[in-house]
Amino acid sequence: MDLRSLTIEAARSAIQERKTTATALAEEHFANIEKLDPQIGAFLTLSHKRALAKAAEIDDLAAMGEKLPPLGGVPVAIKDVMVTRGVRTTAGSKILSHYVPPYDSTAVARLEAAGAVVLGKVNCDEFAMGSSNENSAWGPVRNPRDLSCVPGGSSGGSAAAVAADMAVAALGSDTGGSIRQPASFCGVVGLNPTYGRVSRYGLIAFASSLDHVGPITKTVKDAAIVLGVIAGRDAMDSTSADVPVPDYLSELGKPVRGLKLGIPGEYFGEGLDGEVRKAVEAAIEKLAQQGCDIVPISLPRTKYAVPTYYIVATAEASSNLARFDGVRYGYRAKDAHTLAEMYCRSRDEGFGPEVKRRIMLGTYALSAGYYEAYYLKAQKVRGLLAQDFEEAFKQVDAIVTPTSPTAAFKLGEKVDDPLAMYLADIYTVTANLVGIPGISVPCGETKDRLPIGLQILGKHFDEATVLKVAHGFEQAQA
Amino acid sequence: MKITAKDVAYVADLANLELTEAERQSMLRDLNSILEYMDRLNQLDTANMHPVATCTEERSNGAAREDILEGLRKSLSREVALQNAPDTDGKFFRVPKVIERQ
Repeated sequence: MDLRSLTIEAARSAIQERKTTATALAEEHFANIEKLDPQIGAFLTLSHKRALAKAAEIDDLAAMGEKLPPLGGVPVAIKDVMVTRGVRTTAGSKILSHYVPPYDSTAVARLEAAGAVVLGKVNCDEFAMGSSNENSAWGPVRNPRDLSCVPGGSSGGSAAAVAADMAVAALGSDTGGSIRQPASFCGVVGLNPTYGRVSRYGLIAFASSLDHVGPITKTVKDAAIVLGVIAGRDAMDSTSADVPVPDYLSELGKPVRGLKLGIPGEYFGEGLDGEVRKAVEAAIEKLAQQGCDIVPISLPRTKYAVPTYYIVATAEASSNLARFDGVRYGYRAKDAHTLAEMYCRSRDEGFGPEVKRRIMLGTYALSAGYYEAYYLKAQKVRGLLAQDFEEAFKQVDAIVTPTSPTAAFKLGEKVDDPLAMYLADIYTVTANLVGIPGISVPCGETKDRLPIGLQILGKHFDEATVLKVAHGFEQAQA
Repeated sequence: MKITAKDVAYVADLANLELTEAERQSMLRDLNSILEYMDRLNQLDTANMHPVATCTEERSNGAAREDILEGLRKSLSREVALQNAPDTDGKFFRVPKVIERQ
């Protein structure tokens, strides 16, 4: 079977119609992984047994002529920040080199209940902290479109696996852009749902008020299918929303004519690469041709988003990562004489430099004497940013921007300047701070053939409109 | 706000991180440059703002539920709970002695 452009629909119907089997499909993907992954570095752990057991289950259903579940036989990859029972989960860190979780993330469990075949765990920046997948303790991931470039991060492995046809779909996580930006850099689709739309149970926590789980896929329709499977209230995650899950697919085909799309001037200013600007402006023109109303808007506090994000995220991370202390799981330093020494050395030896930097920043921001100046201040600015979006959404149905100021940069280009790396998140962090959904869809290439992403942001729990606009654009390109 | 080496030591202590000398140096540099950038938040007047944790809180019915027993949910067995531990005695997680810091 030709794995290129194999979508969820195509995979599932091929199995249903007995043109292939789930087992054959899984094996073809494993073969492709073996062939390509030594150069890319996307996979950390393969789960052959689990994959083939699920594939056999699906093949039995197909053989009996039973209707397959929505993801029946579809090979997927799971970002290594999501726990999988019995399958090593490292969060991209040495501190969890040998950690084998005793339970599954809700999102993974729902994928498998819908028939998905989990091929394995994919590489990511350590504890999801990074924008290039260069912060993984297990080595960087390379962009399948240009191996000298980064795939983006932190879900670099997820995006690369899908872009290289080593998986049909993947789960990623997005705290400040970690689904959307790698999707943009690798030329695939990445959906960051509303905060609370998808359960975070089983997602190793980075920043609890900013983390989102979402799909990375080859098409917008595939993203809609996966979202429909993983979304919905979960008793195990008290922050998961008690909001009904609509039929996302039924909205997709509807025309986008008459929808109002806001274009914020602040996202098209200094720092935006010329080629990215051209591609995004052409995309907006395409949407206008399809009958959308293009409305210039302003999101005045945009320039405060990055510092706000890096205070809130690091503060929450410093708290969440306190659990890694060498006691119950994970790395424990040898020959520690006291409990305190064990904690401090285990953490210093087990965590990578970016993680330590963020823990230090976050601890400082929360410490006595600084809590008000930093964390409390940032949480108030967050309210102001939310106001910007509330105002904008009174006038428009969705907001359209570039996903990232540039296309994929070279490996090693930004590692020595953490602040420069943080500043590149400018277009994506706002969505997480405010909790709104956003998608990145491919909208062109640079002259070096590097993918460029178009970002569409929507109102809380309005993934349907976000998907509709994205789908409309995607179809217009075809 | 300028951070000093003493601040770095204090924060590392709070964070339970035993940083090497080289790490302390680079941390001093990085933290100062990042925090300097964060200071721009002071340009905004937030006197009348409440802090915001998440923007979708009403839709999750808040994070708390009624304090009633919902029945015994399955718990991890002791064996499974100890599975990933670096050191156990079969019943408990085993760690070095707790010694009072001077």
